[in-house]
Amino acid sequence: MSFLELKDLRVHFPTDDGLVRSVDGLSFRLERGKTLGIVGESGSGKSVTSLAVLGLHKGTRAKISGEIWLDGEELVSASAEHVRTLRGKKMAMIFQDPLSAMHPYYSVGAQIIEAYRIHNDVSKAVARKHAIDLLGRVGIPQPDRRVDSYPHEFSGGMRQRAMIAMALSCDPELLIADEPTTALDVTVQAQILDLMRDLQQEFDSALIIITHDLGVVAELSDDILVMYGGKCIEYGSAEDIFERPEHPYTWGLLGSMPRLDRERTERLMPIKGTPPSLINVPTGCAFHPRCAFEPRTEGKGRTVVPELLETEGGHLVRCHLSLEERRATWENEIKPKLESA
Amino acid sequence: MVTYIIRRLIWGVFMLAIVSVITFAIFFLVPRLTGATSESLASRYVGRTASAQQVKVAAEKLGFNDPLIVQYGRFAKGIVTGADYDYGPGVERCPAPCFGYSFLTRLPVWPDLLNRLPVTLSLALGAAVLWLIAGVATGVLSALKRGSVFDRAAMGIALAGVSLPIFFTGIVSLVLFSYGRPLAITAPGGSFTPFFDNPAQWAYNLILPWITLAFLYAAGYARLTRSGMLETMNEDYIRTARAKGLAERVVVFKHGLRGALTPILTIFGLDLGLLMGGAVLTESTFSLPGIGKYAIDAITNQDLPKVMGVTLVAAFFVVVANLVVDLLYAVVDPRVRLA
Repeated sequence: MSFLELKDLRVHFPTDDGLVRSVDGLSFRLERGKTLGIVGESGSGKSVTSLAVLGLHKGTRAKISGEIWLDGEELVSASAEHVRTLRGKKMAMIFQDPLSAMHPYYSVGAQIIEAYRIHNDVSKAVARKHAIDLLGRVGIPQPDRRVDSYPHEFSGGMRQRAMIAMALSCDPELLIADEPTTALDVTVQAQILDLMRDLQQEFDSALIIITHDLGVVAELSDDILVMYGGKCIEYGSAEDIFERPEHPYTWGLLGSMPRLDRERTERLMPIKGTPPSLINVPTGCAFHPRCAFEPRTEGKGRTVVPELLETEGGHLVRCHLSLEERRATWENEIKPKLESA
Repeated sequence: MVTYIIRRLIWGVFMLAIVSVITFAIFFLVPRLTGATSESLASRYVGRTASAQQVKVAAEKLGFNDPLIVQYGRFAKGIVTGADYDYGPGVERCPAPCFGYSFLTRLPVWPDLLNRLPVTLSLALGAAVLWLIAGVATGVLSALKRGSVFDRAAMGIALAGVSLPIFFTGIVSLVLFSYGRPLAITAPGGSFTPFFDNPAQWAYNLILPWITLAFLYAAGYARLTRSGMLETMNEDYIRTARAKGLAERVVVFKHGLRGALTPILTIFGLDLGLLMGGAVLTESTFSLPGIGKYAIDAITNQDLPKVMGVTLVAAFFVVVANLVVDLLYAVVDPRVRLA
């Protein structure tokens, strides 16, 4: 069994306007030492998935079904109290905006010490030493002094480093980073990504990176999962996704990546339209209203929900177009456009 | 931090000076503007039976004919060093801080106020402890169980609490718990035992005023805490706290309530400062011999120096409360320290 395995995970939120299907039948596996990138637009269900793994929907109105297996334990049916003891220790999370994700009234050190002492029965002095150690390891200068600083006294990059130090405080085996670099400068982004890669190798933990930025996952991921409307629409190795993408939405994401080697006028090829409502999900393929290739499905795109099928070697795609058609379209229509101009 | 404290202290002293000017203006300048002469001011001190000549002498001796700026200087000096009052029959010494000299009792105001201060302080502090605990606890529970029966009931009662005046709730509680035969379990009011004489009796005499006063304030605090908690419990840092694996109790109190505490602390300081200057309605309703009751009696008897003394003492407490709140703010919110 894999270290982490999700089986048909569904997270639904009942609201006054209807049922919000944030995650609707998601399955994937992840091994220790490997990195999975989950990519998608806002509202595609990426963050909801990660919160479900951590058990942070427990006690809210969310309706969760399916299975989450972590190191041989099923978490969806486990008690909230049991999942709490795993949180922070066995699995930890790095949040998007470290300024709002850290408590403004407690020093950075106090917050790391707190995280460490929940799961380790040590004195404050020992925990403090550990916190200083961690801050040094994530590259904060003069950690013995900065440990008493408050989050607002740190720069954005330093805060994210402190956040990472906090997440790593109990040597988690599963680390989930939710948009870890979105709130940061580009130069700092690269430093943080390097740091995360180094630390992952050091700890041999499983890492899930959640982002809307394909550039970030290209840096780090072994496998990539593309989400749309709460479902996985394409899954494969990083090579599959970047070299042989098969889903029109993935093509759109690749076209939306800013690149310097393209002409200014054609640099971006945005996906038309907006992400689907998760209450009234479009019938058939959720992507069909925005899909340029929908006419080629002879109406199936509008009526039938496509299956997630394997094309070859673990590469999964949820699309009505035939394999030959997708490959031909990629090779002849999309790839030249992305590379030329 | 030290410069911050010094700056706030200087500001506080400055505020008190302004307050003394305004108070002086209210009691000595405004009557002049509305047509009062120095004789009519002096006649208050010597009584209605005095002859016109006596009044004239008193006005001269009390300095009512001097320029206003000189009169203010004497007034301010009296507060700092004390003053001598000479209105004819003899010189009366009014020791510092001299807040004036009663028309009726012919006694300095300050010792009177000092005698009554323990009553008001006992009332304000006791009620403050009650309302802070009850209000914050209710607010936290309401926020956590938003929309529940408890939340609705608590907020309904809180609405009643902020809307009902003390003289209504006070009298109702007196009727129920003091004069009502089956439930007469508390003191009927009107009596005060100093804490150091007999703490049990002190508390027994004050319990009903405490609860009545606390009910009024707790209601506001419950609403404030509830809205603050609803806001902070949605903050990202609460999610982070849960993601660390903290127990929900710790998440709520150490992270949630801590984040919602700042505005509560601010209001608490100001409310307490305001009450120390006299809880007028509560003291009247329960006939407690505190500063508020003193003020009401003085107003009824048109004994202006007493009213002025109460005004100055009340202003002093408000300024001090502001100062303390400002300093506490920097302790509670580390982001304030640089400002």
